[in-house]
Amino acid sequence: MSPGHYLALSAILFTIGAVGVLVRRNAIVVFMCVELMLNATNLAFVSFSRMHGNLDGQIIAFFVMVVAAAEVVVGLAIIMTIFRTRRSSSVDDANLLKY
Amino acid sequence: MKAEGIQAVAWLLIALPLAGAAILLLGGKRTDKFGHLLGVTMSLGAFVVGAAMFIQMLGYDAEERRRTVHLWDFISVGSFKVDMGLLVDPLSISFVLLITGVGSLIHIYSIGYMAEDPERRRFFAYLNLFVAAMLLLVLGDNYVTMFLGWEGVGLASYLLIGFWQYKPTAATAAKKAFVVNRVGDFGLLAAIFLMFSTFGTVGFTQILGTGAEHVGVASKLGTGTATAIGLLLLLGACGKSAQLPLQSWLLDAMEGPTPVSALIHAATMVTAGVYLIVRSAPIFEMSDTAQLVVTIVGAATLLAGAIIGCGKDDIKKALAGSTMSQIGYMHLAAGLGKPGYVFAIAHLIAHGFFKAGLFLGAGSVMHGMKDNVNMRFYGALRTVMIFTYVTFGLGYLAIIGFPFLSGWFTKDAIIEAAFNKGGTSGAILGTCALVGAGITAYYMSRVMFMTFFGEKRWEEDVHPHESPMVMVVPLMLLAVGSVFAGGFLILGGFSDFLDPVVGGEKEHFKWITTPGLATLALMVVGVAIAWRQYGARPVPVEAPKGSFVTVAARKDLYGDALNESLLMRPGQWLTRLAVWFDNRGVDGAVNGLAAGVGGTSGRLRRIQTGFVRSYALSMFFGAALVVAALLVVNV
Repeated sequence: MSPGHYLALSAILFTIGAVGVLVRRNAIVVFMCVELMLNATNLAFVSFSRMHGNLDGQIIAFFVMVVAAAEVVVGLAIIMTIFRTRRSSSVDDANLLKY
Repeated sequence: MKAEGIQAVAWLLIALPLAGAAILLLGGKRTDKFGHLLGVTMSLGAFVVGAAMFIQMLGYDAEERRRTVHLWDFISVGSFKVDMGLLVDPLSISFVLLITGVGSLIHIYSIGYMAEDPERRRFFAYLNLFVAAMLLLVLGDNYVTMFLGWEGVGLASYLLIGFWQYKPTAATAAKKAFVVNRVGDFGLLAAIFLMFSTFGTVGFTQILGTGAEHVGVASKLGTGTATAIGLLLLLGACGKSAQLPLQSWLLDAMEGPTPVSALIHAATMVTAGVYLIVRSAPIFEMSDTAQLVVTIVGAATLLAGAIIGCGKDDIKKALAGSTMSQIGYMHLAAGLGKPGYVFAIAHLIAHGFFKAGLFLGAGSVMHGMKDNVNMRFYGALRTVMIFTYVTFGLGYLAIIGFPFLSGWFTKDAIIEAAFNKGGTSGAILGTCALVGAGITAYYMSRVMFMTFFGEKRWEEDVHPHESPMVMVVPLMLLAVGSVFAGGFLILGGFSDFLDPVVGGEKEHFKWITTPGLATLALMVVGVAIAWRQYGARPVPVEAPKGSFVTVAARKDLYGDALNESLLMRPGQWLTRLAVWFDNRGVDGAVNGLAAGVGGTSGRLRRIQTGFVRSYALSMFFGAALVVAALLVVNV
């Protein structure tokens, strides 16, 4: 398989994730879609690393994983707290912070 | 030349009345008991000093009569240097004697006139201040020192015209006098600035030179600059001397107590303009235009004042119109150049006597008539106020130019000088002066007949009586001056006396001249018309409607209306426009900007809906846009 295929897969995964973020209301699902987008970029990084023959992309992929892990920790905590107070995990219900 | 002897202490002239004013004003009620006596003493003291200086001056040769007294350096900034110095010369000493002499008589008269006024002490303080300021004006040896006195006179006149400040009309009249005088002061100030920038000095000695030859820097003036300085000086003179177009304050100034009117009209204030022009003669002589304008202003004012005097039923206002007219004669003479200066000053001094006498006589009449000033309620007063009648009558004969009295000598000299100017302008100016003399005879006879002749038209509870001696004696002295001053000056060599200052061709006095006879004829006509209208038939208590001219004269020839429509209304429009522009224009721009920012941000705020997914969508679009842009740039 040529690296081009990996890039195509990455693009497809990113698009699925992005559409998921935009169209789904459930916070958990939105969250998983965000993870999907992150991992799609990881795939792109690694593919580029392979294509260009240096390790920069792989190193950045590690960074992304670390950031994603931290994000999951904070994000899940926020979602849990919102669910506890509002009995809902819909992102559209949590719209108090506005004009 | 340095002054010696009593002239070296010329500052005493100013210091005495100034000290009187200071003591009376600072001493407050403690000085109530002797305030009037102190005021009179200080004024008389100044007169004695002035007389001593005059006698000393007569001892000098003509070319040594100009003496200066240096007091201290007044202003010294870089090249700008102004001395506080006094100049004693024939011109200033003539004014000193008039101011202190007539001024003192007015002081004495005021003791009786203001006897009932609880504020008499304050009145005398202001009178002293007035005299001191006027003396500083005529004694200063440079334009800045003179300007100090000039402003002092303005202040004192404001205080005295508004002396009864509880009367709104008096307060307004005082304010009007002050404001109108500011316009004139602007002219004088601008003239001083221009002189300083042209000559680099403001001293009389440097600018005007000494002696009759006038070899000061003024003799090197270009015509344009001389015209500019001359016209600005004339504006200043018009303000103080109530000449057209700044005449409007004078008639309202009648709101002050009558001695104030006498002081303003006879000894001080209005004579300042004539002094200024005669003193600055070397400048005016460099510009024919400036001199011509001076004569035109004088001629126009002498006619306007005379016409106004004809229409007034208020005895003081009729006399005020007469003052305007007589000062107009003086300006006319001063504008004629040599030898008009001498006639201007001679008429000024003679006028000082008879106008003071007339005003004080009017005050005496008002004293007896319970302060009623309307002549239509007078009549037949010659029977009850014999002294006032005789003294007023002598002043009246002097002002209309009855032969061999003061006015005959000095006014005829001016009329003749106007005709002697030659050319069309001389004929026109002379005719104006001649006609003015006829009108003078008419309106003064009108005052005389309405007041002292005819039948009684007194109001019911009025019982006229002669005034106390303290008022009558000054009247008598002034009457003596009214009779003899003019002849004494014209025949007694006043032109030789003034020669070192103003110079001029010697003219021998001629007893009979064509203009003199014409004046006499017009005078008789004027008196006859007045007799027919006001002497021979009863005077109605209600003022008749009158012709177009009468109505105009009663309204001061629409001077106030003119000022109102030409200056006041446009001024108000200007302020209204400025306020509108400030509110709408400046404030509008600032407020509009703030409102625009506020409104826009209010709309923009609505984008923050609180829906996370819409934020995400805009982020995606944004990112897509950035990527697209990058691609476009790279390709």
